[in-house]
Amino acid sequence: MPSIYRHQRGPKVLNGKPLVSIISAGMSKFGKREGLLAREIFSEAAFEAFSRCPKLEPKKDIKAMFIGHMGEAYEHQGHTGSAIADWAGLTGIPATRTEAACASSGAALRSGIYAVLSGLADVVVVGGVEKMTHRTTSEVTEYLAMASDYPFEQWHGITFPGLFALMATAHMHAYGTTEEQMALVAVKNHYHGSLNPKAHLQKEITLQTAMTSRYVAWPLKLYDCSLITDGASCIVLTKPELANKYTDQPVHIVGSAQASDTIGLYERKSLTSINATKLAAKTAYDMAHLKPKDIELAEVHDCFTFAELMAYEDLGFCKIGESGKLIESGQTCLGGKIPVNTSGGLKAKGHPVGATGTAQAYEIYLQLTGQAGKRQVKDAKVGLTHNIGGSGATSVVHIYRGTQ
Amino acid sequence: MTAQEPFTIEQFYKFLGQQKLMAGKCLKCGKIHLPPRPLCDNCLSQDFEWMSISGKGKLLTYTVIHIASEQFKALVPYAVGIVELENGLKIPGMIQKINQEQLKIGMGLTLDFGTCSSPQQWPQWPRYCFKP
Repeated sequence: MPSIYRHQRGPKVLNGKPLVSIISAGMSKFGKREGLLAREIFSEAAFEAFSRCPKLEPKKDIKAMFIGHMGEAYEHQGHTGSAIADWAGLTGIPATRTEAACASSGAALRSGIYAVLSGLADVVVVGGVEKMTHRTTSEVTEYLAMASDYPFEQWHGITFPGLFALMATAHMHAYGTTEEQMALVAVKNHYHGSLNPKAHLQKEITLQTAMTSRYVAWPLKLYDCSLITDGASCIVLTKPELANKYTDQPVHIVGSAQASDTIGLYERKSLTSINATKLAAKTAYDMAHLKPKDIELAEVHDCFTFAELMAYEDLGFCKIGESGKLIESGQTCLGGKIPVNTSGGLKAKGHPVGATGTAQAYEIYLQLTGQAGKRQVKDAKVGLTHNIGGSGATSVVHIYRGTQ
Repeated sequence: MTAQEPFTIEQFYKFLGQQKLMAGKCLKCGKIHLPPRPLCDNCLSQDFEWMSISGKGKLLTYTVIHIASEQFKALVPYAVGIVELENGLKIPGMIQKINQEQLKIGMGLTLDFGTCSSPQQWPQWPRYCFKP
């Protein structure tokens, strides 16, 4: 078995060579999509991906599909792989749902990479979708909590924001991180979202708005939380040697890693960092032959503002404990050294959980092909995505290199 | 206590209903599991013995939940935390009978054995909590 398939052994043999190439990508408008079912929202993303790549003949070329989708409860609909393929006009191909909570489509992307690298499928579509806004906040709170440990977390009333609040409290205690530093993440990501016509919320906010919003789970307030959103995203992958057959501007994936941790937050060694992210990041950096300082922009999993701060540390963008200073420095804003969440992130673009992983890849694809409009990072060549599931029992990290 | 009791979460809660806080100790590598598990995640052994754990611990971290699922809505705002017991074992739970302003990392807390929930539905696990 080639060593590239193994999680922690041998990735260095790649020396930064492309694993697979992205030849197209699509994303639905994110937001409150009343009257639509998940499959219908996905068809919007699929249509964009098909239209963007005129040389692609979807019905002939696409050989497999992997779809991230977290919850059957939202629409009383399981078996999402085939349902989505059906509505994307791709009936006949193998279509499989991948589920890893909020990292479901990060995991779909990895499944697509496995499929292409195995040689079983030359062209695959990976994506994700979630329809959430037709449910009440209490219902969504309950469904999202299903990604955490049932017998000890859900059973004792610990919500999803509650889990990240437990980590935030520990981080504040250990490093002096402040609620204001967390709020700065919200201000930055809402600014970025204001530049993204597909974002759920396209409005800037003030620090005061964020700081005075009501508590969801102390110390996390409403403006520290990502949005309950409807949306879908997908990307089309192929072998690097076939990429130019379809496009002059492929984006190569040069690092791909996924790691896991205990399902219960309480069993982890650290409450102030996500070890699965550290493991996945190390493997992905090694595969790509890159270091954190080489990353020019990143889409990180800001399900809560504090999660973005923790991601800075776990991905090596700053030292442990110094993420609060990094957000204050402005370097992660557009125009800074390493813009983070130029799409608006989960915070402003929105977080239709199953769609998030490949929506991050979509943003990096736009950026590295110079199609990001008002939020374009000039001459960006190397990007990273970071997609976590649950309270960090799954983390998926990908590194991308543009070719333009 | 007999060795026949399975090292499961169900059994952990059965003991809890009997006012006993019990962990599983791996007979091969010595790792203590709270909650117990039937396969040691350290050495992959299936051989364990029960070990009684003190309910006294210290608060590692906490939050106060203001938005809850339907089931817990009536209790908001309620405090939850992760408590470190002896041997470095950690367990989450609600923190009750305390003024939430007085919550502090490092404070001492004691486990209060709860009572069983509705007898008709799965799961029939007691809801323990912590108090000062």
